[in-house]
Amino acid sequence: MPSPQAILSIEKLNAYFGPFHAVKDVSIEVYPHTVTALIGPSGCGKSTFIRCLNRLHEEVVGARAQGSVKLAGSDIYGHGVDPVVIRRKIGMVFQKPNPFPALSVFDNVAAGLRLAGIKRRALLKEVVEKSLRHAALWDEVKDKLDAPGTSLSGGQQQRLCIARALAVEPPVLLMDEPTSALDPISTAKIEELVMELKKEVTIVMVTHNMQQAARISDKTAFFLLGELVEFGDTSTVFTVPKEERTERYITGKFG
Amino acid sequence: MKSGTLHRYLSQGYRRRKIFDFFMRCLLGLAVAVAVLPLGSVLSYVIKKGGPALSYNFFTQLPKPVGELGGGMANALVGTLILVAMASTIGILWGGMIGIYLSEFGKGKLAHLIRFSADLLGSVPSIVIGLFVYTIIVMPMKRFSALAGAVALGILMIPTVARSTEELLRLVPQHIREAGLALGLPRWKVILFLVIRGAMSGIITGILLAVARVAGETAPLLFTALGNQYWQSGLDQPIASLPVQIYTYAISPFDEWHNLAWAGALLLVAVVFTMNLLSRFLLRGQSLARE
Repeated sequence: MPSPQAILSIEKLNAYFGPFHAVKDVSIEVYPHTVTALIGPSGCGKSTFIRCLNRLHEEVVGARAQGSVKLAGSDIYGHGVDPVVIRRKIGMVFQKPNPFPALSVFDNVAAGLRLAGIKRRALLKEVVEKSLRHAALWDEVKDKLDAPGTSLSGGQQQRLCIARALAVEPPVLLMDEPTSALDPISTAKIEELVMELKKEVTIVMVTHNMQQAARISDKTAFFLLGELVEFGDTSTVFTVPKEERTERYITGKFG
Repeated sequence: MKSGTLHRYLSQGYRRRKIFDFFMRCLLGLAVAVAVLPLGSVLSYVIKKGGPALSYNFFTQLPKPVGELGGGMANALVGTLILVAMASTIGILWGGMIGIYLSEFGKGKLAHLIRFSADLLGSVPSIVIGLFVYTIIVMPMKRFSALAGAVALGILMIPTVARSTEELLRLVPQHIREAGLALGLPRWKVILFLVIRGAMSGIITGILLAVARVAGETAPLLFTALGNQYWQSGLDQPIASLPVQIYTYAISPFDEWHNLAWAGALLLVAVVFTMNLLSRFLLRGQSLARE
């Protein structure tokens, strides 16, 4: 199958916490408008891996990463590349909903633009509404845009965080177990949203929930002990995995 | 086991525990009373003695010479406000920056040293700070001044503000910082507009407590601001303040001045109390917002 140009191509990525080698020689290609799921048991390095993709990993004391991650052809680990610029292009949603404290729903979504220097109220309003609509939250919060972001329910907070990430219009969105702190109904909403969002952005998502990976992803990567064991089309990985370890993990024999 | 013995078995320890619980509760109540009693008696005494001398004149008039009736502490009240405002500028900026450094950037030996120095500075007696400022500002300028008084109070504020700011910024979860960084914001903006914003009411509480503390300080002002009997003419001149004025009046041999000292004490207590209550109120707002 001829593949289009990869939007993210990761080559021989290694990540460390001090002496601990958390991610070992991982190479993956991510194509535009797809959902790539990263699965594997706890501590296998998938969260560390995803945090390398927007250079957030290095913010942890003692952490460093090596290798190449090309965003539309240019290496984000290249010499002199500003991580701040990279993070505007590659957004992130975290495991626990983390709206900014003491900021309203509106201000949470507007934060990225406003702090980047955009002051025009009309433009901010437009972007906030558009982002909240994209995050399927607009109808629920349109009458309480001035309420604190932390006053929303957990599922709403997570969609608020998605809206906040979308507001700066990143072509790539990373999601680190975005539903693991949510109830099944909120989870279903986020899954629906992810399927909808891939029309506009490319999504890389860590998940502990294998049904979730099977339901919404196009590609699946299976990690074990910091190594990439298997990477391929989700349908293939879940039905006819090449590796025995993958099959045993997917069928619940270990992990 | 018969049901009667079972019941006894199930209830014997419970009864003893309940008696013990009651006994301990009484002890706790007593301890609270012992702690509150001095506060209550100080307050009631100050109100009883100072209340009658509080009048419109007290807030609007300058001190009068001995023998003349009336007179007030208007200049000392204004002086305290000026001193506290200037000291806060020094203490909040300097202390706040140290707090931000310690919480957001402070790692390793340097941070440890700074934290340790702040704690040491916080335990230096305030009169020593007064002497220090006397040698570095009063002596070279060859006069007592509002500036010197403000610097002394400001130095006193630095360690309290620094440590409380640090602690409160640390309470802001790490994932809030990461959320800001992930939006493509530089670290300084994340700290200034998101982290500090999140801890704002707590930080203001810490600042108010520090302000309340220095507002009542007398010792560091004795050799710096000195005090005067007139309206303030310039920041390089001696300045009156409530604590020093109270001190001056209280050690005088005149009954009329003693009454004014009590009124001044009541005013000072009221100011400090209001600040404390205000900070409590703000902190409560914060904890509710976190729910």
